[in-house]
Amino acid sequence: MATLYDRYSSLVYAVALRVLGDTGAAEDVLQEVFMQLWRNPAAFDSSRGNLGAWLGVITRNRAIDGLRKRRPETDIADVIVSVEPDMANDAERARAMEKIRGALGGMPGAQRSALEMAYFEGLTHTEIAARTGEPLGTIKTRIRTGLQALRKVFET
Amino acid sequence: MSAHEQFADDLALFALGALQGDERLTLEKHLEGCSSCRRELERLRGDMALLALSASGPAPPQRSRERLLKAIAKEPRTQKTLARAQSLWTFLPWLATAAVLLVAAFFWQQSDRLAQQVARLRDQSAQQQAQLEQAREVVSTLTSTDAMRVTLVAAQTLPQPQGKAIYVRNRSSLIFLAGNMPPLPPQKAYELWLIPTKGAPIPAGVFKPDARGSATVIEPPLPAGVEAKTFAITVEPEQGSSTPTMPIVMMGVGE
Repeated sequence: MATLYDRYSSLVYAVALRVLGDTGAAEDVLQEVFMQLWRNPAAFDSSRGNLGAWLGVITRNRAIDGLRKRRPETDIADVIVSVEPDMANDAERARAMEKIRGALGGMPGAQRSALEMAYFEGLTHTEIAARTGEPLGTIKTRIRTGLQALRKVFET
Repeated sequence: MSAHEQFADDLALFALGALQGDERLTLEKHLEGCSSCRRELERLRGDMALLALSASGPAPPQRSRERLLKAIAKEPRTQKTLARAQSLWTFLPWLATAAVLLVAAFFWQQSDRLAQQVARLRDQSAQQQAQLEQAREVVSTLTSTDAMRVTLVAAQTLPQPQGKAIYVRNRSSLIFLAGNMPPLPPQKAYELWLIPTKGAPIPAGVFKPDARGSATVIEPPLPAGVEAKTFAITVEPEQGSSTPTMPIVMMGVGE
């Protein structure tokens, strides 16, 4: 567990901190995510993806639940993550990170901000539409195509 | 994909946890029966994982690590005896057979009585039908994939050593977590073995449990693409061995 912590804690903490903006709350999420893995390692199905990706998604969801002060909505065992790059290795993670940042940088500003509001602030499409004054359908599509654009970076 | 376009946007919102109310229920219902949408949901979560990578910042403080390790030490992983839950599966055919035998015995007795009680034939057959239904229900509960299976063990038993190996053959990737491992004699270590379907056991990492009996083996070097039949643990000299020294102290087959 200590090894897993040393490998993935910086990823988990960075995501929690980016969402919550508070080091104490981010430390709590970090603790909670690793305790969940400890209590129920079988929740992560290794045949269906890699641990780093799974932890990234679980962390984001927990942090958003914390931000919106709601109870966790999905069972962690139901979260199956399918992703190309293997995030176990630091070098590969750094390479992937660079590609992602490139993809985000290349997105139209409105799309990137819709995606980031949905992902890091946990705003719903309705809230984003209200904030930006744009049609709901446009926001929905921006979020989806924004997410899908990320995988395209790795499809070559 | 094209048949499911009406769900495409909703799937992304669902992955992000933004979908609520009726829209969410409708989509959840659709996902139950639609493997291509489930697959797209998994990929969207993959995209979310990629987005997680775009976050970067300072490393967590050292106290977080200590806090986690302290919490883990306080909570040995004994409640979830996965291996035992699994072993229930091996009993399933027996339980099913036993249920069938019971039903058969019941029928035999009934038919004997029926010969003498022709007048009550109709009632009896209705009763048999009900019993058969019940037996079917028993078997379907035993074999249902969405059944919750809980193994209860005596509360006072000592924590059992337990290991979990997670192996992905096509990436030759192996993660092993163990808890409650008994302490070793001096100059000895545990060695994990991958026992392939063909050929000799392959060393898959030497480890020593910490003071609390926990240990991990992360991504040991392994030959490519070996199909694993079993994982086993032996006690070896500290530097490890190339062939296992009997006896095997722990062993498990894939789920």
